[in-house]
Amino acid sequence: MADRYDVVVVGAGPAGSAAALVAARAGLRVLLLERGPFPGAKNMYGGVIYGRILDALLPSWWEEAPIQRWVTRRATMMMTDSQALTIEFRGQAWDRPPYNGATAYRADFDSWLAAKAADAGATLVCATTATGLLRDGSGHVRGVRTDRPDGDVEASVVIACDGVNSFLAKEAGLYDDWSATHFTVGVKEVLALPRDVLEERFNLTGDEGLDIEILGGTQGIPGGGFLYTNLDTIAVGVVLSLTGLRDSGKRPEAIISSLKAHPAIAPLVRGGELKEYSAHTIPEGGMDGIPELSTAGMLVAGDAAHLCLASGIWLEGVNFAIGSGAYAAEAAVDAIRAGDPSARGLAGYRDRLERSFVLANHRKLRGAHKLILGERTQRQYPQLACSIAQQVFTVTDPEPKAGMRRWVHGERKRVGLRLRDLARDGWTGWRTFG
Amino acid sequence: MTDHAADHAADYGGTSFEDRMATVEFRVSDRAHITVDTDVCRSCTTKACVHACPAKLFVSTSDGGVLFNYEQCFECGTCYMVCDAEGAITWSYPEGGHGVVLRAS
Repeated sequence: MADRYDVVVVGAGPAGSAAALVAARAGLRVLLLERGPFPGAKNMYGGVIYGRILDALLPSWWEEAPIQRWVTRRATMMMTDSQALTIEFRGQAWDRPPYNGATAYRADFDSWLAAKAADAGATLVCATTATGLLRDGSGHVRGVRTDRPDGDVEASVVIACDGVNSFLAKEAGLYDDWSATHFTVGVKEVLALPRDVLEERFNLTGDEGLDIEILGGTQGIPGGGFLYTNLDTIAVGVVLSLTGLRDSGKRPEAIISSLKAHPAIAPLVRGGELKEYSAHTIPEGGMDGIPELSTAGMLVAGDAAHLCLASGIWLEGVNFAIGSGAYAAEAAVDAIRAGDPSARGLAGYRDRLERSFVLANHRKLRGAHKLILGERTQRQYPQLACSIAQQVFTVTDPEPKAGMRRWVHGERKRVGLRLRDLARDGWTGWRTFG
Repeated sequence: MTDHAADHAADYGGTSFEDRMATVEFRVSDRAHITVDTDVCRSCTTKACVHACPAKLFVSTSDGGVLFNYEQCFECGTCYMVCDAEGAITWSYPEGGHGVVLRAS
C-alpha cells in the first residue's frame, strides 16, 4: 500500500469493486480498501443479484461468477396468521444466458468481483478500516485515514462505498437528514438441506432457484419476509422497519421464528439445520434518504449513498451498488483527466446516475416505500386478498355462491378498508408502478 | 458479558439464542467499537436497543442502566439508530480484520 493514489475506494462490496474495476481499467492508480478479512465478510442481503448491469463490465460474467442458483421462480406471498395467497411466475428463459437473477453467498460473490478489480490493476488491501477523511483547509477531501500504522493515504478522489452506515459520507457532511425512518433491518437464517431434498421440496431442477417475497408475515411490524434457495441451503428472513421494530418491543429473531412457524412456511423449512444467522441494516428511504452524492474530492456510492431499491415488487440493491460504483469511477476518471476533482469537476457522477437506471428508477418509484410500508399494504390488503380467495374457493352448498361483488364488498367492510383509501392507494400504485 | 440465564428459556423454534449466535464467526478485537453512556440510559424509558439488537448485545440492569458487550456484533447499526437519546450509544466499525465474518449470507 503506497501513500498516494489517483483513486482510493473504501469498501470492497459490489459498489467499491465495480468502482475500482472501472478506474483501474482507465489506467488510474487505484487502492481498494476492505475492512473485513476478505471482501464480502461484512455483507449480507436478501437475496437476489440481478446481473444485467454486469454485461458491459464483465461480458459473459455468468460463466464464472460464483452463484448458487439462477432464479427461475419468482413468487409473492401475502399472508395472514392462518392463510396465504401466492402469485408465482416461472420463466425458463431465466435459466439460460444472459439470465435474470441469481442467488449467491456474498462472501463468494463479493470476493470474486473484488478479484476482478485486482486483475484490472487495482491494489486490494483487506483487514483495513478507513477511520476518517483527510481534508485540506478548504474542506476538500484529499484522502483517507486508515487504522494501519502510518495509515494515511492520499488520493485525488475518494470513492466511499463503506456501506449503509457510511461514516465517511456522514463525516463529509453529505447526510443532513439521517433518520431511523429511512432504514430497515434484515435478519436472516441460512438453513442447510440436502440438495436432493431441497430440489424436490421446491420443484427445482439443476441450478434453478426460487425467490419468495412475503407480505404480512412480520407480526404487524412494517416490512416483509423472504425465502430463497441456494444450492444446498435455503435462506429465510425478515426485513423490519427500524422504527416499527423499536416501537414493537419484539425481538428480530422472534419474528423470523414466527414466520418459520407459519403453516405456509413451516413445511418449506422443515429439517433445515441452521448454518449461519446474520443481520444488516438496509437503506430503504428511497429518494428521500439519498444524501448529497459528491463533494470536493469525494463521491459516495452503493448502500453508502442509500441506493437500495425497496419498492415492494422490485427489491434490488447489488445491481444499484455495481451501477453507482461504476458511474462514480467514470466521473472520477473524467475529473482526474481534466485535472479538476472539485465538486464541479465531479458533477458528472450525478448526471450519470440521473440518466441511468440508478436514479431514474428511484425517482419513478419515489412513493413506493411509503405505500408498501403503510398500514393498509402491510395488514389490510393481505387480509383482504386472502379472505376473498378463501370465499371464492370455499364451496358453500346448499347455499348458492354469493358472487364476486358481494365477496369483495363484504370482505372490504370486514377488514375495515374505506373505498376512498382503496382508490387513493390504487391511484398511487398506478402512478408509481405504471 | 452478563448472565443470559433467563434467555435460555426463550427458545425460538428449537434454536436457543446461544446456538444461533454460535453459527457466526467473530474475530474479536481487544478494543470495543461500541461505547454506551449509561448515565443517559438511566433516564431512558424505552431502551429500544435491548430488544432491537439482532445479536442481543444490550441488557437492562436493575439500577436502570444498560450493560452491553461488543464481541458478537453484526456491525449493523440498529442499536444507535433506534436509540432516541443523543450520544448514548457511540458506534464505529471495529478495527480492520476484526469483527463479524459472514460466509454463507
